[in-house]
Amino acid sequence: MIKYLFAKEKNIPGGTAAIFFSFSAIMWFIIGTGIGSFNAAKLAFPDWFTHSYALQFGHMRQVHVHAVIFGWIAGAFAASAMYVVPALGNTKLWSEKLGVWNCLLWNVGLALGLATLWFGMTSGREYSDFIWPIDIYIALCMVLPLFINIFMSIVTRRTQGIYTTNWFFAGSFFMLIIVFLIGNLPEFFHLTGLNEAYMTWWFAHNVLGLLITPVAAAITYYIVPKVTGNPLYSHRVGHLHFWSIVVFYSTPAAHHLMSSPLPEWLKSFASVEGVLILVPAVAYVCNILLTMQGKWAMFVENVEIKYTITGVLLAIPLNMQGGFQQTRAINWYVHGTGWIVAHAHLALLGFSTFAEAAAVYYGVQTLLRRKLYSLSLANFHFWMLLIGFSLYWVSMTIAGLIQGAGKIYEVPYMDIVIAEHPYMIVRWLGGTMVFLGNIVWLWNMYMTVKQGEKLAPGVQPQDVAYAR
Amino acid sequence: MGFREYRIGSILFGVALSTSMVVTVYMPSLDISGVSSTATALEKQLTYGSNSGFDYGDLFLHGNDKPTKVILKKNPVTGAAMDDTAAYVFPAGTSFPSGLKHDNILGADVQALSVSMGKMDQAAEVTGGVFLVSSKVTNGVETPYVEFATATRGWGIEATLAAASETILAGAGKTMFVREGCWWCHTLLPEQTHDWQSFGRPPVLGDFNGESPTTFGSDRKAPDLLHVGSRNSSKEWMMLHFFNPRLVQPHSIMPRYDYLWGPKDKAGNVIDLVKWDEEFEAYRDGDSVYPPEVPEYADDSEIRYLMDFVLNSK
Ligand code: HEC
Repeated sequence: MIKYLFAKEKNIPGGTAAIFFSFSAIMWFIIGTGIGSFNAAKLAFPDWFTHSYALQFGHMRQVHVHAVIFGWIAGAFAASAMYVVPALGNTKLWSEKLGVWNCLLWNVGLALGLATLWFGMTSGREYSDFIWPIDIYIALCMVLPLFINIFMSIVTRRTQGIYTTNWFFAGSFFMLIIVFLIGNLPEFFHLTGLNEAYMTWWFAHNVLGLLITPVAAAITYYIVPKVTGNPLYSHRVGHLHFWSIVVFYSTPAAHHLMSSPLPEWLKSFASVEGVLILVPAVAYVCNILLTMQGKWAMFVENVEIKYTITGVLLAIPLNMQGGFQQTRAINWYVHGTGWIVAHAHLALLGFSTFAEAAAVYYGVQTLLRRKLYSLSLANFHFWMLLIGFSLYWVSMTIAGLIQGAGKIYEVPYMDIVIAEHPYMIVRWLGGTMVFLGNIVWLWNMYMTVKQGEKLAPGVQPQDVAYAR
Repeated sequence: MGFREYRIGSILFGVALSTSMVVTVYMPSLDISGVSSTATALEKQLTYGSNSGFDYGDLFLHGNDKPTKVILKKNPVTGAAMDDTAAYVFPAGTSFPSGLKHDNILGADVQALSVSMGKMDQAAEVTGGVFLVSSKVTNGVETPYVEFATATRGWGIEATLAAASETILAGAGKTMFVREGCWWCHTLLPEQTHDWQSFGRPPVLGDFNGESPTTFGSDRKAPDLLHVGSRNSSKEWMMLHFFNPRLVQPHSIMPRYDYLWGPKDKAGNVIDLVKWDEEFEAYRDGDSVYPPEVPEYADDSEIRYLMDFVLNSK
């Protein structure tokens, strides 16, 4: 990497930044899920491994969350944007050098941020746990360069129109900067009370809603048509998706605080807007699944499509839960229970992780013009992820329903804890499967770089997917 | 960007996003900021001080820069007996909570009373002072306000600390609560649908003015703690429970917080966690009848802060 940091732009091969980001994302995925599995073990067996102060649950939990969100998910987004945008614009990345620096700054910033969290330095605000100097760093040194690079690559494109995927990339990274700067106002200016509580969840909602959901969708908008060879089913529905994300997804922040004493109008408004999220959700899922027409065999045969479509299918229960669990009719039951934890993992480990994994698989092969080292390992990784995730999701959903029932029927708390215990163990097993699967993945990707079969000249990159 | 459509699109994007910000950020903040503090909000601000998360006064979250809550049974100046009174002592230089610093936090009527009756405007961070939460009834409506007792009653910092019958370091304790991530399992927000008998009344709109962070918590794996001090006020139980929750609740999943005792116990003896653990395992496996003793904590240990915070959450 070091040799590229100071190289001349023209001497850096295209795709370098994307490759760096891909591998950094996989590493963080391993670290993040490893910590997650460790935390889950602590919840199942609290007297196991208690001697290290540094490994206390209360510190490790937020390290897990931020390692996967900013290291894996956002890192994989950066990786995919850096090769998809140029490909769609028939051009090169605006600045490969900026991209390489971006990757360095990203990893340094994240390592610093996680170290401070680990050390106990926190703002005490969920999802914006990072202390504010780190927040500013993230906005200005991590996301801003990424946005500039992506935006300029779109501006300097050599095609006429801008494809759906690129609207989302440009829009989302821009919105992410805004969300970071506005969402952390309470820390910059020491806002307090309900304003602080509300802004905490405003940030949490928008960082998920304006970054993760749309960008993961953007990736599938690229992968599915590209690999299947089918054109996108409808660009109009794509429009509907994009605009309704901007309008509906940016507004329901207060639905995370339905049980708090926020002004009633705000909760009602948020709840209605929250149901309207189903508009982009349904538009999106239909659009992608209809694009698959006639190519469903690839869902089984092609590894990238297998990942992508699994992600899209997981988006169906995700959105149905998301749309309705936040209404007053349902929220009183599930609020604050493991149900929500399951939902969050459905979004991040289900829907978006599967889409990103596809993008990373596809990107590394395309950019290096090498075939995947082992298809079997990729399939193994897929099943480890899917089964591990499913165990996690099902067990946490059940645990959540138990907690909900316990809350409503006034069961002594200790009995709830005892009833949940088996599900805590299953969740740990599921999480550990994901972690182990990821180690296999890293090995597979590393071997692809080293030993993957070279593609013959003349073979189009997208043929990679078929050529095995 | 080439096409006219893209210019229009960018403009619409800006309009949509800004409208969303106005509706979801600006309007709620106006509404929330107009709410008057309850007595609870005033007590919380005076107990927890400025900020319980990362801040200039406490970069590493050690519980520095915090006020001390004391219970007085006698007047610190005259020495005359009086009903139990909670006073909040801000040593010179301690950061004030927002409500004492800015005019628009407490709500118009509370702010006005705190200045006219409570002489709050005479307080300054550099000199610190002693505060009380008082209230005044006008036309049958009780309005709480902050009283700057150093100005209204002449209560000095030293005299008040000396007269205290009980010292509660709940401000530093809230910092421990934030730092140790108790809020990843416990919430500070009982719900309407909770059992009010055991978890207490859910908070109301004005209960939070000036508090930061509010640490509601979202992922509840354990009982709500907002009113825990009311249902369980046993110091003994809490102490055992924090050292190792399995001492009192064999099935608990709560982590141990034995490390918050620090290196030495109250008598100055070194705490040997490894030895303790061996004895505990022997007890758990049925090899010994009695569990090992839990050491008394030192008065300035972090567990003392946390314990004060928990027991003070009434
Ligand atoms: C891994 C989750 C977890 C964490 C982290 C945690 N607790 Fe707990 N806590 C529990 C569970 C479960 C119970 C209920 C069983 C029991 O009494 O041990 C509990 C019970 C309690 C109780 C007794 C509540 C009652 O209703 O009597 C108190 C007080 C408490 N915890 C305080 C804390 C504090 C303070 C911290 C942070 C230093 C903390 N807990 C961190 C899980 C947790």
